[in-house]
Amino acid sequence: MYVAVKGGEKAIDAAHAWLAEERRGDTSVAELSVAQIRQQLALAVNRVMAEGSLYDPDLAALAIKQARGDLIEAIFLIRAYRTTLPRLGASTPLETAQMAITRRISATFKDLPGGQILGPTFDYTHRLLDFKLAAEGGVPPAPTAPASLDAVPHVTSLLNRDGLIQTEAEGNATPPDLTREPMEIPTTRPLRLQAITRGDEGFILSMAYSTQRGYGRTHAFVGELRIGTVAVEMEIPELGFSVEIGEVELTECETVNQFKGSKTEPPQFTRGYGLVFGQTERKAIAMSLVDRALRWKELGEDNTGAPAQDEEFVLMHADNIQATGFLEHIKLPHYVDFQAELELVRKLRREALAHGEAAE
Amino acid sequence: MTDQTAYNFAYLDEQTKRMIRRAILKGVAIPGYQVPFASREMPMPYGWGTGGVQVTAACLVPEDRLKVIDQGADDTTNAVSIRRFFQRTAGVAVTEATAEATVIQTRHRIPETPLTEGQILVYQVPIPEPLRFLEPRETETRKMHELEDYGLMHVKLYEDISRHGQIATAYDYPVKVEGRYVMDPSPIPKFDNPKLAGNAAIQLFGAGREQRIYALPPYSEAISLDFDDYPFAASKADHACDLCAAPDSYLDEVITDDQGSRMFVCSDTDFCASRRKAGHIGPMGTPMAGG
Repeated sequence: MYVAVKGGEKAIDAAHAWLAEERRGDTSVAELSVAQIRQQLALAVNRVMAEGSLYDPDLAALAIKQARGDLIEAIFLIRAYRTTLPRLGASTPLETAQMAITRRISATFKDLPGGQILGPTFDYTHRLLDFKLAAEGGVPPAPTAPASLDAVPHVTSLLNRDGLIQTEAEGNATPPDLTREPMEIPTTRPLRLQAITRGDEGFILSMAYSTQRGYGRTHAFVGELRIGTVAVEMEIPELGFSVEIGEVELTECETVNQFKGSKTEPPQFTRGYGLVFGQTERKAIAMSLVDRALRWKELGEDNTGAPAQDEEFVLMHADNIQATGFLEHIKLPHYVDFQAELELVRKLRREALAHGEAAE
Repeated sequence: MTDQTAYNFAYLDEQTKRMIRRAILKGVAIPGYQVPFASREMPMPYGWGTGGVQVTAACLVPEDRLKVIDQGADDTTNAVSIRRFFQRTAGVAVTEATAEATVIQTRHRIPETPLTEGQILVYQVPIPEPLRFLEPRETETRKMHELEDYGLMHVKLYEDISRHGQIATAYDYPVKVEGRYVMDPSPIPKFDNPKLAGNAAIQLFGAGREQRIYALPPYSEAISLDFDDYPFAASKADHACDLCAAPDSYLDEVITDDQGSRMFVCSDTDFCASRRKAGHIGPMGTPMAGG
């Protein structure tokens, strides 16, 4: 028989202890170190930093270890930590044109100042399982070349010399911070970009993919994709000039989109923009496509009703920490609501049956 | 765990608490109005009470005595988890007795024991917008509230009556506050709706993921929407509690075997236990020590 059970506290403690044991796994297998995760699962670390909105590879690696490799759980750990940190100030705008490049490609020009640099990419690997990796072994050193000191200007800045591509608005206004103020729709482009860069990679990818398949088509070319490190500078009021406080690895993507002109704009190319922490090029490309699709109003394009054109739909559903929390909360007890529904359905059935009998 | 010192009292930093308190004050000043606030990521998932936790964190002072319930019960796992969170980060006293608590955080119930002046009842709210399932767009629903345009809601209730002969909403039943805003009372059963109105306690509602706070100041008017010829009726299972024999408390139905046997027990565990301590014993109840 039911006796008001008081098992909650014990059950939670036992569940946590079991979880810790499962996380460690078979103790006859060596434990994974945070440094190993940081070094050897670097792309997972990058995703956790990007969607966690915190550039700290060591903490991201720790979060991945603690989350047993569940990246959304790891992102959640980072977010919950990040939110407790004080805001000391803001950096000056990053100069991605000054990036120390590890990879830089353009799909629109065969060659260009600064050259095409393939970098460490999966792109032209054949996706065959490498069974050698199952055994332990060293990797032969990759060939090296001296770093080029040539300037690597943005492709879009080259196009812009002829007025062929839309000039982006510049300004010194402090961008809004969606972690400090509630998001209100309609938003501005800086806020949209902020929401998308920390949005779920899978969601942004699918939104971008939908524009390629005709739901809000924007005819995008990858004008340029660049990955590398950029100095972060901060102005120190006491000094009166800015000093470098560190560097971050970034992926930047600018798409060049066909644009036939509208009532307000002459025919010219337009752009979509993606900027994400770490080497995260799938996300950066997807981001730039979604950004471009969301710009329909500003460019005087038609709203075709495509999901990727719908700011409220995209921004309100891009955050995987919000989404996973609300999705999973339905496993919490709902006895009370369910009981209310149960009573209602019983009552409706009683009345429907009585009504049926009366009609006979 | 010994990491309390790494965090501020009640977890949130003082700046954040100030921001939340401002939203609460605005909410109290405009009863039923949803105030946007910069909800923070909390160390528990969205949808698990982050809005309520932030409101509680902003209200707590070291002298407070906190009670946390989920489904009316103090011992449900998520209530245990949230209570522990505040024990760990704020070190406040906790209680299961409704009358002894200064702050009560709840999910899906209002305690059976009437609240008193000086108490704060904090609700966890999943979807703060009563019009959300009639109109999915926030930009539209905000406009509807601005214009006091609640026609859509009345049409929905009317359609319920024409289809089912009654309003087919059993929980999350909307109320009109002080003759102005239609408000979502969070998914409490409609049995609890009458307790929203004229309550001596301050009632605060926090929706973390949706970034909204709203409030009912003490003794506010909160009228459950209905029609003159189809008046609102609070409902519950037509039984008395099998443990404490209470005829008028909200009941959970517990399935006791695979033959269709079931029993009904108070969803409010503190209320039920106090009654048994006072000697009220239902057909399946056992006397409890103390009193």
